[in-house]
Amino acid sequence: MSTHVRHAEISALISAAQARYVREIDDGDCTAWPSFFVDDCFYTITSADNYAQNFEAGLVWLDSKDMLRDRILSLLEANVYERHSYRHLIGQPFVGEVDGDEVDSETAFMVARITREGPTDLFASGRYIDRYRVIAGEAKIVSRTVVLDSNRIDTLLGFPL
Amino acid sequence: MERRKLFQGETWNYLCLEAELPSAGDFVAVHVGETPVIVTRDHDGEIYAFENRCSHRGSLLALEDRGNVKDFTCVYHAWTHNLQGDLVGIAFKDGIGGKGGMEKSFCMNSVGPRKLRVANVEGLIFGSFDEDVDDIEDYLGEEVLGRIRRVLQGRKVVVLGRFTQVLPNNWKLYVENTKDSYHASILHTFFTTFELNRLSQKGGIIVSPNGGCHVSYSEIDQAAEAEKAANNIYSEQKIRSQSDLELADKSLLGNFKEFDDDITLQILTVFPGFVLQQIQNSIAVRQVLPKGTDKMHLKWTYIGFEGDTAQQRRARHKLSNLIGPGGYVSMEDGCIGGFVRRGTEGASDTNAVLEMGGREIEGGDDRITEASIRGFWSEYRMRMGI
Ligand code: FES
Ligand SMILES: [Fe+2]
Repeated sequence: MSTHVRHAEISALISAAQARYVREIDDGDCTAWPSFFVDDCFYTITSADNYAQNFEAGLVWLDSKDMLRDRILSLLEANVYERHSYRHLIGQPFVGEVDGDEVDSETAFMVARITREGPTDLFASGRYIDRYRVIAGEAKIVSRTVVLDSNRIDTLLGFPL
Repeated sequence: MERRKLFQGETWNYLCLEAELPSAGDFVAVHVGETPVIVTRDHDGEIYAFENRCSHRGSLLALEDRGNVKDFTCVYHAWTHNLQGDLVGIAFKDGIGGKGGMEKSFCMNSVGPRKLRVANVEGLIFGSFDEDVDDIEDYLGEEVLGRIRRVLQGRKVVVLGRFTQVLPNNWKLYVENTKDSYHASILHTFFTTFELNRLSQKGGIIVSPNGGCHVSYSEIDQAAEAEKAANNIYSEQKIRSQSDLELADKSLLGNFKEFDDDITLQILTVFPGFVLQQIQNSIAVRQVLPKGTDKMHLKWTYIGFEGDTAQQRRARHKLSNLIGPGGYVSMEDGCIGGFVRRGTEGASDTNAVLEMGGREIEGGDDRITEASIRGFWSEYRMRMGI
């Protein structure tokens, strides 16, 4: 297969995976969120400023699929917060050069948040900086760094971005 | 009122970490209350702080959050200030061709941004607009000072990340929350749900002489732990069977021995708006900044220390999942201020009940008390003259 065709194919797999990903968070119950990742994955949320300065700390900092599962379990069973939901809008992924089974990709996003009594607010914008691995015809996230454009984040970062 | 009597009055306000100003010419732009302030390190090695306001018409002098400069030249009309905040140059001061320019009698020393008195406590930089403020050691009191030293231990601080959380409530509601040790085991259900909390914990509260600063802490009671291990294997199993929820990856809470005592949690506040947090190995400073009457910013700086191993760093990052805007145990603290604000709407002529643990503002060795909140209000009223 030519590298060109392979690149187009992987890009399509990533787009499809991301479409399912945001649907799971916005319209599902988030429980399938970890299934978009490989087992030894990494997921963090940071800001553009921290990212530029190479600060490693994150607002969320998880380095295994089990930790992703725990995050959802805690949200559903333990944490106390105001009922809310998200609506993600994501751009076309920019897909880098294919490296064996793996590829880097970057996707812009905007997330609106809808709280119980409140209006629909623009909650966050930013980009996903990802590493994907193709496993059995599916693109799985090896590492996702959610880089928020603003350094300010409203209280209640509940569901994953 | 608060601006003048509190933030610009006889109080010490946290500005930044000394570690953020390693070299001459370094600056950070911060706030004291709502007033913009610049903190610098000059060539004499000293740290200075002054209002971020041009002597001329008041434009901001620093337009970035941090950086390294040789002076502060205003972009509006190029008036120049040195690293200590003195006005040292005025563009076209003598006019052009004998026309225009400043009055001959004009004295550059007569104008200028207000300067702050600066104090360095273990690498935490505090500033006060009032020259006559008590020395910071007296302001904090012996015990609170000791508890700052306990966490920092003279080590070199490394910044691991900075985040600003926007909260929908008056700044004082957040300050009350940090001093409210009564809510901790009730509102935050992460530990109880996953049965991660130790029943065998002791702890207490320290309130500074004026009431405004406090420390609340909990520690492992080694004696109780040993007893439990010795004769309680059976009932432990019973406890476990009560819930089928368990964390799949407990490395989230993996900690390492960092202090030579058994204190696993210590929250320390300095009046009016500073918090130093140690939750196991997650260490952070927080700064409470008012933004109008019903909004505030909470600036978090997550810290580690030079000499941390990669593993220790990793443990700090993982434990940080407990805190911040989406933290397992502080997600709730962010929301609760908004709940109280909305709940108290239309009830301004009613009082809250703050009588847990009596009516005094003394500390003690239990945490079911509102002593430090009473302390905050007592100092607040004193400083506001009400
Ligand atoms: S306002 Fe700064 S020089 Fe004019
Ligand atoms: Fe809390």
